Parts: sequence; C-alpha cells; structure tokens
Amino acid sequence: MHETDMTKALIVTVKDWWESQPERFKISSVHLIVGKFTCVEPVSLQFTFEVQTRNTFLDGAKLIIQETPLIAFCHRCQQEYQPEIGIQYACPECKSPMDDIRSGRELKIDRIEYCAETTTTQTYAPNI
Amino acid sequence: MHQTFDAALGINLLHANQQGAEHNRAHFDRWGIICLNIMSSPGAGKTVLLERTLAALSEELKIVVIEGDMTTELDADRLRQYGVPVIAINTGRSCHLDSKMVAGGIHQFEHLHNPSDFNLVLVENVGNLVCPAEFEVGEHYKVALLSVTEGEDKPLKYPLMFQEADCLLITKMDLAPYLEIDISRIEANIRQMNPHATIISVSAKTGEGLEIWLNWVRSVTREHVPELQAATSD
Repeated sequence: MHETDMTKALIVTVKDWWESQPERFKISSVHLIVGKFTCVEPVSLQFTFEVQTRNTFLDGAKLIIQETPLIAFCHRCQQEYQPEIGIQYACPECKSPMDDIRSGRELKIDRIEYCAETTTTQTYAPNI
Repeated sequence: MHQTFDAALGINLLHANQQGAEHNRAHFDRWGIICLNIMSSPGAGKTVLLERTLAALSEELKIVVIEGDMTTELDADRLRQYGVPVIAINTGRSCHLDSKMVAGGIHQFEHLHNPSDFNLVLVENVGNLVCPAEFEVGEHYKVALLSVTEGEDKPLKYPLMFQEADCLLITKMDLAPYLEIDISRIEANIRQMNPHATIISVSAKTGEGLEIWLNWVRSVTREHVPELQAATSD
C-alpha cells in the first residue's frame, strides 16, 4: 500500500508550503495530477488522505485528483497515440514499441486552494 | 466573507524519494561502486539468482548485498554463506524499498567496511511487481525478473516495471517444457514497451543463460568502475 507513503510525502510538502506562508490559511483543497501510467491508484490515495489528515491542519481539505491519460509518440509515424493499458502498448499503426511517453507519468501536486480568512478562532474542541 | 486563492506548487510527489536516491547514487559514485536494483514478484527467483551470481563473481568483483525483506532475515542468511557482506533491511509492512531505507543500509555498510574496497552493490528489492518500479533507491541499472510460471501477459499487466528495466531475466526456464508458454511471446510483450532492455532467459537450476547474465553484470560493472577498466586493459 504505497499510497500511504505517497500521502505522507504529500502532507509533508503541503505543510512546508503552509508554514512558509505569512498567515495560517485554511486550505480548502489540494489538487493533484496523477498519470494513468503510474503505480498510484487514485481511490486509495483519496482514502489514505482522508485518514491521515484527520485532526491536522488539512482536516476537511478536499483532495482533487486529475488523471492524465497515457499518450505516447511514435517517431516512425510521427504521431501521438493512446496505448491501451493492459492490452497494447506498441503503435497501433506500425507496431513500433512504446518508446516516447508524452503523458501519463505525472505524479504532481499541482496547486492548493485556500481561504484568505485565517483560522484564528478555535474551530475544534480543545483536546484536553 | 472570505475569498478563495490559489497557489501553484508543481512539486513531484516523489520528490523526497528522488532526492534521496540521487544522494545514495552520489555516494556510490564517489566510492567507485555500481548499484543494481533487482526486482520481481515474490518467488520469481531473485535470491537464487543472487546465490548463483555470488558463487560465480565473488572472487572477481568485490560485492555487497543490500537485502530488503518484509519481516525476516531468511534471504540474508542464505546469501551470507557466500562470504560477502549482506546488509538486511526489514521493510516492515512496506511493499518496496525506498531511498531512505537504502540510505540506512549504506550507513551500516560504511560502519563495518571500507566502501572504496567494493565495486558492486546488489540490492534485492521486496517481491512486488508494482511499487518498486516507482521508487528509485540510487541504482545505476534496474534488473527485473519474470519467471515462466507467471505467464506471458505479465509485462502487459505490470508495464511500468518492464518499461523501466535495463535488464530483464526470464527465469525458471527449466520449467518451460512443462507449461504451455511461448517464450517469444513474453519477449514480444516486453518489447512493446521496452525496445532497449537486454532480455536473457535463464535457469538457476540447469545453469542455462547464467553466463550471459554474468557477462552482463561484468560488462556494466567494468563500464562503470574506472579501476576495473584499467585492470582489464592490462
């Protein structure tokens, strides 16, 4: 379940950014770009994010995942094509191997949405 | 009233692991060591391949093994019999080695030995065809194993592992006659996503193909380690 590690990395990165800001904004959503040709399952990522952000600065923040398709470029045909994952990776026209991946390997924290109204008031019951 | 703002980050999720891997690789480079990351599903024959490799090359090359195992030291104990240092990393419940775990292994190795005396680090990853492909550990080359009993379609189902590999070993060739399997189809499936990898069919039992594998290891090691280049040109 490497999504757990990925989520940890995600939270650490967002926290570094959050702490570098002049004010403690309330983060409403984190936008990820996840390629289809990675070992990451968006549903698992969504789940681990929910669990791991509970009672943290990201509590309640949404994780929005944009998936990018696998697109390869065939140098022989000089055109892009979409390999069918699990079935066919070579160029459908000339059968050249998939050698130049143009999209689908992304694993990126793209952007963060936050509210300018700061969280100065205690929104949770104090944990005493 | 509050207003919503956007901050663009554009940071890779695996950034920290990648940095760690580069750090490990820089250590290896400084010591004149080449690192191979050996990956496969559980039971494809990584440990027995390492046994055969150590038996054949441990006089010729100075080898250290970094062994990733989920809970036991069984594999590490098997390999220690060949008289090479074996650093065992228990990965706990993690399904792959990451660069931080391997950095811990390197640290142990540094404590016990003089790294500059070595030429080759063999990292045996956790048995898994999915996650290890995504986490670099500081290797110079990736080696993936696929046993004939796993079926012809595995490269299509786990493409990333086979796409990333520099050397692909089709293992347990001695079992091929008992199975309805077409080795050329395995190769063709691998070639769909990886036109560059060296593909070698081997059997640790009969010794088939092992010399080709050993020569691959010799050649990438010599290419990488300057002192061996000088030694072979004598």
